[in-house]
Amino acid sequence: MMLGILAHKPANMNTARRYAVQRLGFGVLILASLLVVAPILFVIGAIIARGVGAINWEFLTAMPRDGMKAGGIFPAIVGTLLLTLGTALVAIPFGVGGAIYLAEYARDTWLTRAIRLAIVNLAGIPSVVYGLFGLGLFVLFLGFGTSIVAGSLTLAIMTLPVIISTSEEALRSVPVEFRTVSASLGGTRWQGIRNIVLPQALPGIITGVILGLLRAGGETAPILFTVAAFFLPRLPQSPLDQTMALPYHLYVISTQVPGMPAEIQYGTALVLLALVLSLNVVATVIRSYFRRKRQW
Amino acid sequence: MNQPTIQPTNQPTNPKIRIEHVSYTYDDKTVLRDVTLAVPAHAVTVFLGPAGSGKSTLLRLINRLNDVLDHTRLDGRIFLDDQDIYARGVAVSDLRRRVGMVFALPLPLPGTIRENILYGPRLAGLRDRGRQEEIVVRCLTQAALWDEVKDRLDSPAVSMSGGQQQRLCIARSLALEPEVLLLDEPTSGLDPISTSKVEESLFELKQQYTIIIVPHSVQQAARVADHAAFFLTGELVEYRPGRELFTAPRDRRTEDYITGRFG
Repeated sequence: MMLGILAHKPANMNTARRYAVQRLGFGVLILASLLVVAPILFVIGAIIARGVGAINWEFLTAMPRDGMKAGGIFPAIVGTLLLTLGTALVAIPFGVGGAIYLAEYARDTWLTRAIRLAIVNLAGIPSVVYGLFGLGLFVLFLGFGTSIVAGSLTLAIMTLPVIISTSEEALRSVPVEFRTVSASLGGTRWQGIRNIVLPQALPGIITGVILGLLRAGGETAPILFTVAAFFLPRLPQSPLDQTMALPYHLYVISTQVPGMPAEIQYGTALVLLALVLSLNVVATVIRSYFRRKRQW
Repeated sequence: MNQPTIQPTNQPTNPKIRIEHVSYTYDDKTVLRDVTLAVPAHAVTVFLGPAGSGKSTLLRLINRLNDVLDHTRLDGRIFLDDQDIYARGVAVSDLRRRVGMVFALPLPLPGTIRENILYGPRLAGLRDRGRQEEIVVRCLTQAALWDEVKDRLDSPAVSMSGGQQQRLCIARSLALEPEVLLLDEPTSGLDPISTSKVEESLFELKQQYTIIIVPHSVQQAARVADHAAFFLTGELVEYRPGRELFTAPRDRRTEDYITGRFG
């Protein structure tokens, strides 16, 4: 259609120049998006290239040996999985529950406005501050010690704002008319939420939850003072034990251990990256599965 | 209606719903101003008026759908069978089972045709398969939809045409056997054939239900009204038997509206 219009117009300098400018504009925009993608590809490529040699069965399933310069990273993998699980157990019920309250029940009052403001601000707090807060509250005051419980709780608090705001957004995107129809058929507000709104909002909620957990699983600062062990070549026996964790382990072997083979550093980074990315893929699959069942 | 006289207006002999001195504000804007009228049972009552006249709001007040809104204020009282529906201790879910509602845009719930019909009864605790089946057949028949969908009750409700979806929504609200049926411009999105099917079903339904409808045109109002109330900027201007209001309106503003001088 555009071409058709062009063909009937007398060509003049002005038009030609405008199209040249347009092409230039497109060029700049394409370049900008390529620049965004390039670092990601570069980082992933470099980590795979330099770390893949370290990956073998022993590396994934054995305890570290020789001052972590040999052996495997099994306890760090298990620790990160446990911490992510613990974070999920705390953050999902509180986060989704809070989102349901804010999106579905809360009236517009100064209190709910204050809650919203707090959530926005929580999301902007540096993660090391969460770490200090966790140390003060969970490790010392509540007496959990440096433990999986303290670390999970700290990570959960850090994750809550992400889960709450994405879940609230997902709930609000379900048209209000569904709630009205359910109410008009004698449903209580909760029945409408439970039967209609939540299923429709689930893809968005799952996305938010997984994004939050991904961040939690990859964080170093919040676990620094609350759970992470420098070197602990055994698996945790109880939730009150310390554990190694991949991000902190990576930090340790990259900065604290002289003479560490680079291959082990990159191998550890590769494992962390693979864990995070595979969770991401799971999130995408779940989301598209539910989205196909949605109807508006 | 072939009785010689339809009982007039503000005091019908058997009022199902009485609206007394109802005023309503939303965000400090007055939507309804001191409205008083009584809606007779087993008849079609029409709430007529231009956009912003408050007719839809009044409709929603009758089954308390506006309860969820913030910053509103309701004065006056609304009675259903002499019971104040805004009184303390009224169970809103029970009220809405007695007062059903059909909206301007058909909105099937996620799920099949059958699940849509049974949404209300199941929430009300109905588990018996046989009874459920009876309800599906009865409601779809009453809404003049049975013949078209009887072979595909388990296909998704969204697969139906717009007209069918709106009749499904009517059937869905009938599933609870409400005493009152509120219809808010139920044919605004429909083609003429579907519209006349919906209007026909109203004549059947009023034997059994008390019907209040906000019509989507003056012509439709004139076709279906036993009683008609004309609203303008939140005030009730005139409320009389339908054929009187449409053939010999008393108020100048009513006449201007129904003859199309403004709209």
